[in-house]
Amino acid sequence: MEHHANIVPWQLVRDRLGIVLRIVPIDDDGNFLLDAYEALLGPRTKLVAVTHVSNALGTVVPIKQVIERAHARNVPVLVDGCQAMPHIKVDVQALDADFYVFTGHKLYGPTGIGVFYGKSELLKDLPPYQGGGEMIASVTFEKTTFKPPPHRFEAGTPPIVEVIGLAAAIDYVQALGHDAIAAHENGLRSYAETRLAQVPGLHIVGTAREKASIVSFVMDSAHPHDIGTIVDRTGVAVRTGHHCAQPLMQRLGVAATARASFGVYNTRDEVDVLAQALESVHEIFG
Amino acid sequence: MLDDLRELYQEVILDHGRNPRNYRNPPEANRHAHGHNPMCGDSVVVHATVDDTGIIRDVAFEGKGCAISVASASLMTEVLKGKTQSEAKALFERFHDMCTKDHAGDPDGEELERLQVLAGVREFPMRVKCATLAWHTLSAAMAGADDATTE
Repeated sequence: MEHHANIVPWQLVRDRLGIVLRIVPIDDDGNFLLDAYEALLGPRTKLVAVTHVSNALGTVVPIKQVIERAHARNVPVLVDGCQAMPHIKVDVQALDADFYVFTGHKLYGPTGIGVFYGKSELLKDLPPYQGGGEMIASVTFEKTTFKPPPHRFEAGTPPIVEVIGLAAAIDYVQALGHDAIAAHENGLRSYAETRLAQVPGLHIVGTAREKASIVSFVMDSAHPHDIGTIVDRTGVAVRTGHHCAQPLMQRLGVAATARASFGVYNTRDEVDVLAQALESVHEIFG
Repeated sequence: MLDDLRELYQEVILDHGRNPRNYRNPPEANRHAHGHNPMCGDSVVVHATVDDTGIIRDVAFEGKGCAISVASASLMTEVLKGKTQSEAKALFERFHDMCTKDHAGDPDGEELERLQVLAGVREFPMRVKCATLAWHTLSAAMAGADDATTE
């Protein structure tokens, strides 16, 4: 259920260090299987890396239980929160996450910047991954010593504009409040699920017990790209394709889906426009 | 429906998308290539039969994709039969221009006239690769490469 961003980097590490990657299964509805996950945790498990919310299906992973079960075996957990941050109130300390990462651009912020949170007792032992200015305590030709975290991990001139932009985005989202955001988005999602269910030949992909505001779907009559082109002409942007989650598409037995992802700025009227556009897709291709 | 959408999804496209012609893998085919578009995951396999004199006797394909890519592959298999490899190459160049350039000129020849139904992708730059995937794959097959990609 992971985005390629939580698969490919680990494969690069695997090729370099020979680590073994074990994959947690999901059921056909897109639920994260907690017991199967627990069975995969072994004496040699060094890290759990898991998404908080699936970008392709909207599944909300029961992250607190994931972390509890890993911690019972002294395994640290890294959470990919890119899709969770805009939709869900996240308290990394209440979750007891060891690492929590997210990107700015999904949070209405700039591209090319994100946040890497880590517990200080874990960060203090990690070596720098990149060298340059700003991250050093002292440099001689014989030896360099590094600043403590977080500066040790921030080599070179920072992306100043992006940092300020991301801070503004976080202020904006916090001012709206995650309770209000969730109420608005969940209302849109359930309305969209009702409206889309009336479109002939449309099937919603991903019906997990707990979901964020994503409705992924396929249609019997039309390929997602043809759906996307027609919907786009009505002013509604849906993502079509594999959503940077090809292994998930293979698991679900689809080549691609179309995905409506609701944010704070969307309205019920826009859901109606989408539903009408999908009815014309059915008329054209059905 | 808006005019440019009607232009894109003409009846011929919908027909070839639903009922692709030459959707098969002939045992006598002697040129094969697999093409795929990494942006969308569409994939197509082209099987061509070229005789000793360099004439394309048959073109067939298999694969999955959107209406545009399937229709384009289907139409391609129909217009290339009996062409020499260099005629096929020239046709692809003209077809590519038709899909990407505003002033590609009027289609000359029966084959280009048949392919004109795909010219609507010009208004949809995202879809040009759908229309040209099968042709890129055919070029790879003719050049003796196993794989083609739109990237």
